[in-house]
Amino acid sequence: MNIAVIRFPGSNCDLDVVAALRATKGLKTKLVWHESGDLRDFDALVLPGGFSFGDYLRAGAIAARSPAIARIRRLAEKGIPVLGVCNGFQILVEAGLLPGSLLRNSGLKFVCKWVTLRVENNRTPFTRESKHGELLRLPIAHNEGRVFLPEDELAALKRTGRIVFRYTDDTGEPSARANPNGSQENIAAICNEDGNVLGMMPHPERAADPILDPEGRSDGISIFSSLAGLDRSGN
Amino acid sequence: MTETELAILGLTPDEIKYARMFLGREPTQVEWAIIDAEWSEHCSYKSSKNLLKTLPTSGKRVLVGPGYDAGVLDVGGGYVVSMHIESHNHPSAVDPYGGAATGIGGVLRDILSMGTRPVALIDVLRFGNIDESAHSQWLFRNVVRGIADYGNCVGVPTVAGEVEFDESFERNCLVDVACVGVGRKEDLVLAEARDPGDMVVIAGGSTGRDGIRGATFASKNLAKNAESERSSVQVPDPFMKKLLLDSILEALRTGEIKGMKDLGGGGLSSALSEMASKGGTGIEIDLKRLSLREPDVTPVEAMISESQERMLLVLGEDKSEKTLRILRKYEVPVAIIGSVTNDGRITVKSGRTVVASLPADFLAKAPLFPRQESAPMPKRTTAVEPGGPADLSKVLLNLLSSPNIGSRRWIYEQYDHEVGVRTVLKPGQADSSVLKLPNGKFLAVKADGNSKISSLDPYNGAAGCVAEACRNVVAVGAEPLALVDHLQFGDPGDPQVYWSFAESVRGIADYCRGIGVPVVGGKVSFYNQDEHTQKPIRPSPIALVTGLINDQRHIASPSLKNEGDVLFIIGRTRLELGGSEYYDRILGCSTGRAPTARPEEDLETNSLVLRLIRAGLTTSVHDCSRGGIGLGLAEMCIPAHRGAKVDLREAPMDPMSPAALLFSESHGRFVASIRPGKALEAEGVMTDGKVPHARIGTVGGRELAVSLGGRNLVLLSTNEMAKAWESSIPRALGESV
Repeated sequence: MNIAVIRFPGSNCDLDVVAALRATKGLKTKLVWHESGDLRDFDALVLPGGFSFGDYLRAGAIAARSPAIARIRRLAEKGIPVLGVCNGFQILVEAGLLPGSLLRNSGLKFVCKWVTLRVENNRTPFTRESKHGELLRLPIAHNEGRVFLPEDELAALKRTGRIVFRYTDDTGEPSARANPNGSQENIAAICNEDGNVLGMMPHPERAADPILDPEGRSDGISIFSSLAGLDRSGN
Repeated sequence: MTETELAILGLTPDEIKYARMFLGREPTQVEWAIIDAEWSEHCSYKSSKNLLKTLPTSGKRVLVGPGYDAGVLDVGGGYVVSMHIESHNHPSAVDPYGGAATGIGGVLRDILSMGTRPVALIDVLRFGNIDESAHSQWLFRNVVRGIADYGNCVGVPTVAGEVEFDESFERNCLVDVACVGVGRKEDLVLAEARDPGDMVVIAGGSTGRDGIRGATFASKNLAKNAESERSSVQVPDPFMKKLLLDSILEALRTGEIKGMKDLGGGGLSSALSEMASKGGTGIEIDLKRLSLREPDVTPVEAMISESQERMLLVLGEDKSEKTLRILRKYEVPVAIIGSVTNDGRITVKSGRTVVASLPADFLAKAPLFPRQESAPMPKRTTAVEPGGPADLSKVLLNLLSSPNIGSRRWIYEQYDHEVGVRTVLKPGQADSSVLKLPNGKFLAVKADGNSKISSLDPYNGAAGCVAEACRNVVAVGAEPLALVDHLQFGDPGDPQVYWSFAESVRGIADYCRGIGVPVVGGKVSFYNQDEHTQKPIRPSPIALVTGLINDQRHIASPSLKNEGDVLFIIGRTRLELGGSEYYDRILGCSTGRAPTARPEEDLETNSLVLRLIRAGLTTSVHDCSRGGIGLGLAEMCIPAHRGAKVDLREAPMDPMSPAALLFSESHGRFVASIRPGKALEAEGVMTDGKVPHARIGTVGGRELAVSLGGRNLVLLSTNEMAKAWESSIPRALGESV
C-alpha cells in the first residue's frame, strides 16, 4: 500500500503522520504538497491535522476550496480510502465529503488531552483491526471539534452505522463528563456512506509509539495497520 | 534634530554627546532613530553587560554561547540542541493577547536563526493575585489564550512552564517564553555577514507601522496611560510564521543560507548592525526595495519597525536559486534589499538618496552605562519561629489550593503539547517535561523562578532558581546540560533595584560555577515598574535548564507506582521558611531566612539521585520545593490516587517545629520510592556518599498519613487532596473543574 499524506500550507501533523505510517509494516508513504503531484498512484490518502491556511475564515474552509480537493474528491468517489485527522476532518466536512459541521468546543477553549474512544463501526478500512465496542486511548487537540448535524442527518448517520468512534469514560459509557467538546451524542469520528472516507478529531499518529503514551499503550497503530492489510481495490 | 526631539527618544544626554563627537557631525533623523533603537537597553545591554560577563559560559558541549540569537549544545550523533528565552512583558501588560502571541513569534525566530527547528515552547508567567484582582484574571486568561492560539497554529508544542501569582505583578505582568530547538550540526548558521558581495534578503511578512520603537518602549517604565502605547505592540500572524518556519527549514538543507538573523527588537537597525559587526563587514540597503504594508512608511519607521514574521538572510550572489524557489513555493514574500560591503558601515538608501551611513561597530557597541548599586537596610529576621495553626492537615489542603501550587491543567490543556510526536513526559506528569531526540537520547526541560524568595534575598533567590530547575531535571533522570536565564527587574536607575540585579547575577554565576552548568544565553528586562505607583516588581530571575537522559529506562516520574514501596528522603531540611508559601499564604509573614543555595552539596545530592535512578532502584522520584516535604508527598500521592504512611522522625533536619519541617523550602531535597526488595541495596548506595538521607515510610492505601515520632501531623485522603489541588486555578477564575 502506497499512501499520500497531503501537506497544505499550515499543516502541522504531516510529518507526525508520515512517521507513524513509515513505522507500520507493509505501508509506503510520501508527503505530497497540495499543489503538486499526481495522486493517481496512491492507494490511500491522509489529510493531516494543523491549521491549513491559518484556519482563516473557518477551520478547513480555505483548504476545502483548493485545487487539491477536486482530485481528492474524484479518488474518494472511486472508493480509495481517505482519512482526515483533526484539521483534515474539518477540511473533509467543509468540502462536503462528510456531513455536518465542526463547531467551536462547548468550553470555548482549545483542548489538548488524552481521551477514551469506543469503536462503533469496525467495517471501515481504518478500523478493520478493532473489535466492535473496543476502547481505545488517543489524544485530542482542537478548538473546533464539536460535531453538529441537523436532526434528520444525525438520525440517518446512526441508522446507517456511520458513527465510527464515540468519546466515553473508562467503562465505555458515552457520558456527558467524557465528552471533551460538546459533540452531539459524543461523536468523535464519522464516515461517508461507502465507509471509505473517515474523519476523526483524535490523533492516532500521536498514539502510535508506546513511549509517547502515558499508559504505555499504542492504540493509534491499529488505524494505520488496518490499511496495510487491504488489497489495492480497498477491500 | 533638536534636543527636545532627541529627549523624546530614549537617548541620554551623554549618549547624544558621544554620538555627535564620534561621528564629528550631526546625525540625520534616520541615523538618530537607528542609534536610539540599537542603543536601547533592550538591544544593547548597556546597564548589564559588565556583570553578565562574569557568568560561566563554556562547557564541553557548548557550540554557541551568549551573544547570538540562541545558545547551541552538542548532544551527540551529529545533532545539536538550541535554547533561548525572551520576554514580552511591556506589550503583554497593555495587550495581553497580542503581546503574548508575538512573544512566542520572537523566540521561535531566534531558534530558527541558528538553523535549528523549534521543537518545544516553555512559558513562564507572572501575574497579580488572581484570587482577588479582576485585572489580573483578564491578563492571565488572555496571555494564555495568546500563547495557545499562536503556539498551536505554528505547530510547536508548549511542553512546560511555570506560573506565579503575586501582588507586585498587578500592573506589570511578566510573560517569558522560552524555546528549544533541534538540528543537525552541519546545518548551523550564525547571524554573521562575512563575505562582501553577498545578497541581503528579507523573507516573510511586510514591514508596517506596528511595533514602532518597541525596543524603546520596553526600555522605560510603564506609563500611567500605557494603554495608549498599543501601537508599540506588534501584530501576530502565526500562519505567516508557520510558512516562514517550514520554508526556511527546507531551504537550510540546500546549504545556500550563509547567515541568518531574525528581525526582532530594534528591527532592521539592530539586525543589520549586529550581522555586519559580527562578520567584520558592512551592509548597504535600499529601503525602496522593502515590501511595505502601507505605502507611506517613512525611512525612520522602516528602520525601527518591529513588524513580525520577518527573517534576514545572507545568500551568495549566484548561489541562491534553490532557496528563492523554496520560499516562492510556500508563497513567502522575498525582497532582496541590498548587499554585504567591505566598508564596515551600515548604509541606508532610499532610492538614490543616502539617508543614513554609520559604522556598524559604533552601532553594535553602545557605550556602557555604569549604574550605582546600594544594598537596602537588612530586614530584621526574628530568631523565633512564628506560631501557626495547629491543624496541619488543613494547612496542607490550603496550600494545595493555592494558585501558586495547584494543578496547572487549566493552562496546559489549552496548549497543544503533543504535536511533533516528541513529548514523552507531558505537562503535569513530572517535575520536567521530557522530549525524544533524533539521536535516541531524551531531553528534559524545566524553567523555575521564585520572586518571593528573590525579594528577600536576591543572591540566594537567583541561585535558588537554578538549583530548583536543575533538581527538576535530575528528578526525571537527566544530567543538567545548560542554562539560559532571564533577569527581570524594575528601573536600573534605582540603586536598590540595581543592587538586586547585581546580587542575582552573582548568585547565578557562583551557583553555575559550583555545579558546572554553563550559561549559554539569556535576556535582561528592566523597567518592569509602574510610573504611576513608582513600585518595581519583585526581582524575578528565571532559569531555564535542559538536561540529557541517555537511556529510556532512566526516565523517572513522581507518581507513586506500587503498594508497599519504601519511601526515602534525601537531603537535609533546614529552618529556611523565608519567602515560603507557608509563611506567605498561611502566616502572612514576609520575613524569615531565605533558603540558601549550596552548589557543592546539591552536586552531591543530584549525582546520588541520578545513580539511584540509573541503577534501576527507584520507582518514583520527586523534588521538594514550593510547599516543602508536605506538598512533595501530596503531589506524589495525587496522580495515581495512592496513599502513603510516613514518619519523619529520622528525616535529616535542623531543630524546628513540625510545621516548619513539613513546609520549609530548603533546596537539595528529594523524595524517592524504592521497591521493598531493593531497599537495602538503595540504602547501600546512599550510605556510600555524604548525603544525609532516611527511610521515612511506605506507599499504600488511599490516605496520606504523616507523623513525627508517632505524633500525627497530617491525615488526608487522596481524593480531598486531589480536589483542592485540581480546583485552585478554575476556582480563582470562577469556573467549575
